[in-house]
Amino acid sequence: MTIDSMDPEEVDAADILGSAIERREDPALITGDAEYTDDIQRPGMAHMAVARSQYGHADLEGVDTSAAEEMEGVVATYTHEDLHGEDTPEGGSFSLPTGWLLDSLEQVDHPILADGRVRYQGDAIAVVVAEDRYTARDAAEAVSVDYGRRDAVTDPREALDEGAPALHGEDNVAFDWELGDSDATDEAFESASHTVSIDVENQLLVPNAMEPRAAVADYSPGSGELEVFMTSQNPHLHRLLMSGVIGHPEHKLRIKAPEVGGGFGSKIHHYADEALAAWIAKDLERPVKWTATRTETYVTDAQGRGHRTEAELAMDDDGRITGLRVDTKANLGAYLSTFAPAVPTWLYGTLLSGQYDIPAIHCSVTGAFTNVPPVDAYRGAGRPEASFVVERLAHLGAREVDMDPAEFRRLNFVPADEFPYETQVAVVYDSGDYEKPLDKALEMVDYDSFRERQEQAREEGRYLGIGFSCYIEACGLAPSELAGQLGAQAGLWESSLVRFHPSGTVTAFCGTSGHGQGHATTYAQIVANELGIPYDDVEVVEGDTDEIPHGMGTYGSRSAAVGGSSLVKSSEKLVEKAKEIAAHQLEADPDDIEFEAGEFRLAGAPDRSLGIKEVAEQSYLAHDMPEEMEPGLEATSFYDPDNFVFPFGTHVAVVEVDPDSGEIEFEQYAAVDDVGNQINPKIVEGQIHGGIAQGIGQALYEGAEYDENAQLLTGSMQDYAVPKTYHIPEMETDSTVTESPHNPLGVKGVGEAGTIAAPQAVVNAVADALEPFGVEGIEMPLTAERVWEATNGRATTDGGSPPGEGDDEGGEKR
Amino acid sequence: MTDHEITLTVNGTDHELSVEPRTLLVHALRDELGYTGTNVGCETTTCGACTVHMDGEAVKSCTVLAVQADGERIETVEGLESGDDYHPIQEGFREEHGLQCGYCTPGMMMTATDLLRENPDPSREEIREGLEGNLCRCTGYQNIVNAVENAAAELDEPVADGGEVRWPGGEGE
Repeated sequence: MTIDSMDPEEVDAADILGSAIERREDPALITGDAEYTDDIQRPGMAHMAVARSQYGHADLEGVDTSAAEEMEGVVATYTHEDLHGEDTPEGGSFSLPTGWLLDSLEQVDHPILADGRVRYQGDAIAVVVAEDRYTARDAAEAVSVDYGRRDAVTDPREALDEGAPALHGEDNVAFDWELGDSDATDEAFESASHTVSIDVENQLLVPNAMEPRAAVADYSPGSGELEVFMTSQNPHLHRLLMSGVIGHPEHKLRIKAPEVGGGFGSKIHHYADEALAAWIAKDLERPVKWTATRTETYVTDAQGRGHRTEAELAMDDDGRITGLRVDTKANLGAYLSTFAPAVPTWLYGTLLSGQYDIPAIHCSVTGAFTNVPPVDAYRGAGRPEASFVVERLAHLGAREVDMDPAEFRRLNFVPADEFPYETQVAVVYDSGDYEKPLDKALEMVDYDSFRERQEQAREEGRYLGIGFSCYIEACGLAPSELAGQLGAQAGLWESSLVRFHPSGTVTAFCGTSGHGQGHATTYAQIVANELGIPYDDVEVVEGDTDEIPHGMGTYGSRSAAVGGSSLVKSSEKLVEKAKEIAAHQLEADPDDIEFEAGEFRLAGAPDRSLGIKEVAEQSYLAHDMPEEMEPGLEATSFYDPDNFVFPFGTHVAVVEVDPDSGEIEFEQYAAVDDVGNQINPKIVEGQIHGGIAQGIGQALYEGAEYDENAQLLTGSMQDYAVPKTYHIPEMETDSTVTESPHNPLGVKGVGEAGTIAAPQAVVNAVADALEPFGVEGIEMPLTAERVWEATNGRATTDGGSPPGEGDDEGGEKR
Repeated sequence: MTDHEITLTVNGTDHELSVEPRTLLVHALRDELGYTGTNVGCETTTCGACTVHMDGEAVKSCTVLAVQADGERIETVEGLESGDDYHPIQEGFREEHGLQCGYCTPGMMMTATDLLRENPDPSREEIREGLEGNLCRCTGYQNIVNAVENAAAELDEPVADGGEVRWPGGEGE
């Protein structure tokens, strides 16, 4: 079902919340007026470039910047020693912190310029600053480095083997973590009638936001203020972290996220480059710009996924799931990125119950340091990995007990009347009705006739397959107290300020920071609805630490559920104050005043009323206010939700596989998602589309591949297959609506749903198509070569090539 | 390196500027002339974010040297509007939610207008083929294809004032 967008002018004020209105962001973006970080110019601005390690693992035996310094137009150069120079700004840690701790976590130093050793290709060694972009790049290349090569390791399993080259201490164990009941799970497997298992890789991915990371920093020596424009998903978090890294007081550091060209997680984290640009601007007392090349984003942006997992599912005679056991080796890369420890643990293990009522689950995870860039949250962050494990096992489980895969899932669903449902992996699902999206999806693909079509096609030598993914997702990690217990070094509330101006228009400030999600539109829909004023009278401000009281940013599909709810809370507080002012001016008791559609009315006397805009004006005139009430009309809230929200849905891929060529063609892709109430269905549809595309990218095309020296082989858009137009099928989307009971909007979250759902729908479809060949699964990305190998009996039964063969063929090359 | 004096006519305005022989067209447009609507997404001619029209044809301005564009007519996203009216491709992207972060959008629209000039009534497959050199990481492309279809339908309508079909720069080719 395609959603038609509407002109906001044509929508009744009462219907603004939930309408698919066109985005107000778009005029600036379609005319070239929008300002991204690299668009910013400052008088006297210098350009920074970074000299990076050429090798995955090496000692630095000498770093010589003299040739760079002699180049015309070079302003300055810096190496690790200069961070602690006699006349450079002091007080910083010059090391990047980790924002999530685990009991067993091995914390390691992560210097912003390498301190005698580099641990991944791309590790920053020296910085040069020059009068222009090109000279800065030339000078960075002129930095001469003597390397003492070390052996490297990039696979988490191999990194944990005895004798593997160690990155930091004596071994590469970053943490050991477990969740669930080990004994109960063992018992479930002992008494199981059927079991199935997988041994799979969830490959490393490169986020590839279209806008490379960038920063423009400007320091005012007179005031001591340091202003940093940067590609950020969370300016307030970046301010806090950067303040410590470079030793600049938080209240004199201003982080602004101008227009940001996509993030997908990669712009959450705090990297060396932005900190260096800020610190150097302070040192040189002149504006400094740094913009990553695409090559740099490939070797420095935090990568995603990177799991090696063994998992097994226990079932009884009736096909009911009785137990799930999972052991994962998670790649953390060379250092601990900002939220890295949370991703393969609390954001992964807690989702392993999927949509199913599983009585016993145990999950163990070992985090491993390897010589790849730091690995952290990438769209979905832990949840796609969990959903992949569960839904691949569901596919194999149904086959094992000889049940239809849709009915196997239905049999094991958490029943609709059992919510809130407490899983065996420490979370409580807020609400759900899992059969509805499944039923709708089955109808969309005409499942009743599919098996017959499949049979007929097979007789003609054509291989059709259908793959299901009944996914669960968790958004808006909360409450803060729980986050703290789990190791977060931050709260996970959201803050907002809603301010009436004397003329009756409103500015809504929110601490989230959109970068393509359309918050300026959806937040205005929320606030206009709450205050009963026209949509066009609400302006939304995000992404500036000096303008917005506080904030935690945009990631984990939290903005609507947490930020949007905070705007509701601020609006409610504002209306409460306005009601008292209205009551005073109407000479009535506030309890007798009703508020509806922007009007305060005296109950039973509808002619006695006051509009909220008149109240706003009165609040600033302050000529006739209730006793002891302060003038003005604005309210701030810090909203801390009671729980996560748990969106869900069913995605179904229908494919045809050519066993001779290994090519996969989509016949249909149907997605039914339940993300709770929808503030703007057109934006929801767009999020689902984009998410699916990234999920299909993982399933079929993408993968970071390294050689034995930890050199990235897929280090450009020519070598790493970001899906192109013709790689993505036409997607059919629909939705069901199950409200979340614990936020005022009844919303869940949609930013990551498609990415979580899609990979296993595709892999299951290909496995279904190739069932006659005895194929149970193929490792992602499902390149034509891998599919051909699987159908021609050269692959292992659960994916991948036989050991030693074709180990590095992923990441389709064109 | 000896700088070269060149002339670029950008969206109908003549500019004289001095560039290094190695200066890329995209950097001349962005850094020297302030046409920052054109974005840089890669440096390998792969992503298409930097697409502009040079002498009427879509080119990736990250792999054209500014000196190669000397004397040429360049159209960028800033030249799509005529007066206060959006070009149909801009309307299409807006109405169909063909953009999210917007970073690929200027290049995508410049490629799309070139495509529609060559083929005013493309099928969905032809649109996908025509845009294969432009990457988008946000939308999954479906609404971009819808946007181009929407623009094609709009461009097919007779222009109300009896004027010419609106192409970037108002050339009416």
